[in-house]
Amino acid sequence: MGARISQKIAKTLIWTIALTVIIILMAIIVFILYNGLRVINWTFLTEIPREMGQQGGILSPIIGTLTVTVLAVVIAMPFGIGTAFYLAEYTRGGAVTRIIRFCTESLAGIPSIVYGLFGLIFFVTTLGLGWSILSGGLTVAIMILPTIIRTSEEAIRSVPNIYREVSFTLGATKWQTIRKAVTPSAVRGIANGIILSIGRCVAETAAVMLTAGTVLTMPESIFSSSRTMALHFYLLAMEGTAMDKAFGTSAVLIILIFFINVVANALVNRFVSKGH
Amino acid sequence: MKNFKEKLSGRVFLTLALFSILALAVITIFILVQGAPVIGKHGFAFIAGTSWSPGNGEFGILPMIIGSVAVTLGAAVIGVPIGICCAVFMAEFAPSLMRTIFRPAIQLLAGIPSVVYGFWGLLFVVPFISNHLGGLGLSILAGSVILSLMMLPTIISISEVSIIVLPSTYKDGALALGMTHWQTIRSVQLPAAKSGIVAAVILGLGRAVGETMAVIMVLGNATAIPSSVLEPVRTLTTNIGIEMGYAEGEHRQALFATGIILFVIIMILNISAQYITRNKSKSLKIK
Repeated sequence: MGARISQKIAKTLIWTIALTVIIILMAIIVFILYNGLRVINWTFLTEIPREMGQQGGILSPIIGTLTVTVLAVVIAMPFGIGTAFYLAEYTRGGAVTRIIRFCTESLAGIPSIVYGLFGLIFFVTTLGLGWSILSGGLTVAIMILPTIIRTSEEAIRSVPNIYREVSFTLGATKWQTIRKAVTPSAVRGIANGIILSIGRCVAETAAVMLTAGTVLTMPESIFSSSRTMALHFYLLAMEGTAMDKAFGTSAVLIILIFFINVVANALVNRFVSKGH
Repeated sequence: MKNFKEKLSGRVFLTLALFSILALAVITIFILVQGAPVIGKHGFAFIAGTSWSPGNGEFGILPMIIGSVAVTLGAAVIGVPIGICCAVFMAEFAPSLMRTIFRPAIQLLAGIPSVVYGFWGLLFVVPFISNHLGGLGLSILAGSVILSLMMLPTIISISEVSIIVLPSTYKDGALALGMTHWQTIRSVQLPAAKSGIVAAVILGLGRAVGETMAVIMVLGNATAIPSSVLEPVRTLTTNIGIEMGYAEGEHRQALFATGIILFVIIMILNISAQYITRNKSKSLKIK
């Protein structure tokens, strides 16, 4: 009987805790959306911020976020996917592979503020790129590299071995096999990883603060400094003078992250239902 | 031509893969070169010094080390048990409909910018602490609560997976021996999934130690050593985040040196997580 009772107690407790946690977490999202959606309208999305963001919209932070993200993903993609192919197809272990693995896993753990410090001293100062979209994009590119490597490698490894064997049997070389037999089946999984890393770029704050700067005017080129949405939201929230704009910005961020997740999940589900 | 392409593709992939090594090396070297002079000059006093006063050339980061440890431990005390409970719930108790709703929701929560959590903390947690427990509200406790919320998605999803991937014979065997579902979870499934759960916790802790912007908003950022969890505190990350914007000369170097200490702490956490996950497959077989 004791076992039955303790099972009852444990089950009730775990149900209560889990539901409470999920309610609290969802409440955060609902709270932000409830207060933020009222602020969002066409002018909010298409006007440049005025008076330190207290008036106007968030067009330039939107542009800042998009350009930093696109740059980071475009720069990180070849390195990330290339590394994944190397780890999944070209090596069976050995010292070099172990070192590469150690380095990618270590890169994954470095805090974004340390990436910010590095970007500041390396891209902004040493390479003379200044506080700019380019410096921010390069810094965030290194940050998202481990995510792309890990998800792409998983996608490549999940391609059934029979694909490779059949391709080799037909006389294809390794490169032909990878290009024609492996890549087409792995491409959805790889895309899923890329999209998740886009989410990380959009959410990043500390690293872009130290590398892309906080300028609110429209960037003219990738050498201009620009504030991203996450940083704009942070600065508004800390100043506390334009809470409505802060809510609006964070709601835009959450909606963006939501769509990124939906697209990533759709890719994975199609991937699974195709029989992999 | 065929052979050439073969060789070239292999080389290209290897070269791309070597970039990670280069990146980690360059990051380490640049942070070290910037910060090492300050550590060299102040020596042990940099880590053990209790006064941070850049204007007077005093750079002691002990209060920040204590701050980081206190906030992270607090987050672990709140977040780890709750996270494991939620993982057990998701893996064993939740009806499948709930699971299909909660899984993407947890994934969404993991992707939300950390500043959103900080903002929520500033508007709800800080006033709540100030009204009900006293003090300013901007405190270790507020930081711990926010970080524990941020850690939860990581801990829940990885722990859940490490429970789900256990061979079904573990559970079936235990149930066949007459154990209740809860006894099976407690004495068979959780111990077997231990290494995965520990790795999840370490990853979550790493995220907590490294978090900057969200905790700046709720910690109060005082540079004194706190005497209770209701007092404001500054962590290693927030020290950099707050002051880097205007620091110059030795002050700036001292912030890079703060980055070195942070880097070392994170590397220790990373290496232990890597070590634990690597031994996972072995320990499963022995059991």
